[in-house]
Amino acid sequence: MINKVFHTAAEAVADVFNGATVMISGFGEAGSPVELIHALVDRGARNLTIVSNNAGSGHVGLAALIENRQVSKIICSFPRTLISVVFPELYRSGGIELELVPQGTLAERIRAGGAGIPAFYTRTSVGTPLAEGKEEREFGNQHFVMEKAIQADFALVKCQTADRYGNLVYNKTARNFGPVMCMAAKTTIVQAKKIVEPGEIDPECVVTPGIFVKRVVEISNPADESKLVAEERRYPWK
Amino acid sequence: MEIKDKVGWSVSEMAQNVARDIPDGSYVNLGIGMPEMVAGFIPEGREVIYHTENGLLGMGAVAFPGTEDPELVNAGKKYVTAIPGAAYFHHADSFAMIRGGHIDICVLGAYQISEEGDLANWSTGEADDIPAVGGAMDLVAGVETIFVITKHTTKTGEPKIIKDCTYPLTGKNVVSCIYTDLAIIDVKDKKLVVRKLAPGVSFEELQQQTGAVLYPNP
Repeated sequence: MINKVFHTAAEAVADVFNGATVMISGFGEAGSPVELIHALVDRGARNLTIVSNNAGSGHVGLAALIENRQVSKIICSFPRTLISVVFPELYRSGGIELELVPQGTLAERIRAGGAGIPAFYTRTSVGTPLAEGKEEREFGNQHFVMEKAIQADFALVKCQTADRYGNLVYNKTARNFGPVMCMAAKTTIVQAKKIVEPGEIDPECVVTPGIFVKRVVEISNPADESKLVAEERRYPWK
Repeated sequence: MEIKDKVGWSVSEMAQNVARDIPDGSYVNLGIGMPEMVAGFIPEGREVIYHTENGLLGMGAVAFPGTEDPELVNAGKKYVTAIPGAAYFHHADSFAMIRGGHIDICVLGAYQISEEGDLANWSTGEADDIPAVGGAMDLVAGVETIFVITKHTTKTGEPKIIKDCTYPLTGKNVVSCIYTDLAIIDVKDKKLVVRKLAPGVSFEELQQQTGAVLYPNP
């Protein structure tokens, strides 16, 4: 029998190892798997390479993971938010490496990683500093840069509804990077607001088919990151 | 809201100028900040669908206080709404809409624009700057028509429209039209052609505040 359900976030991330590459879904707080990230803070794996659109807000979620000095490198399109303090400070002091990637290139590199495509050409970033050092090629009188796929050891993803097969449905703009990250990691770990019986999700409406998912854990009342940030909370909780 | 300068257009009037050039039925992506204002000025009778690159086609107005949903945000991470008939999708699909040329018009802000339509709008290149690019480079590379809405000069009065950008580029030869507080300027065949002057602004005055050669509308 296939049963991908784990009972706690701690169990679900228990094998994340030092030096792992970890994708983390979310666009700001929307879709950020805060409880899984906090479990990773507790787990304490270090020297991680994180792939995520942003670099966290306040002192919770991804920002807490960075503040706990578990992240040596981040691959990211927009490492700034109105209330990001942890990443900018660490970056300016040379404590974290940044690979800045245009957002569409980031999504496509992850998608390619999940689809077995080692690299692709895109017009994005041609003629800009972000194309420096990359192979360029002409197709039909237009210039393109080569971008390489990204794969990960783990992906931490948040969704709305899952079943024991790992079929997923998301909520509104919290979907963002979730579906492509699920495809691109060896071990995809998902926190779902609700786990339902197989068949309860209409097969026509499954967004991420279960084959891309290894573990699901129900977090029925996930934290609102913006609320935690506004309350100036810090993880680990004090 | 309406701050009238002695000469030139107000920010609302600038947004109105942009809105007037967005045809009925367009799929439009609005950048963060001043570009977002454009949605408020689309002439009556035109239907425009807004794309936000974090995965929503058919973005509606900003959410009313008390009805915000932290999982329904726009590219600027503001709480928004979705119109009836909207669609959600993941990031690779969203950027396929952009990079695949499916979005008709994108409106962006600018630090600098060159006379050939190069755009710099993501980094000042300063040493302590935290570089953040987001979707800007994808938008200028993938969307055929790029409108830029910006004050004509910086806060200290330096021209923003210059021969060559000194800040790191977002894209080369990408800008179609520039809407400032002083003029509407089309980029045609790598030349800056003044389509319309704001009230109280002469061509000579405009040229003085511009760091690149301007051409009058033929």
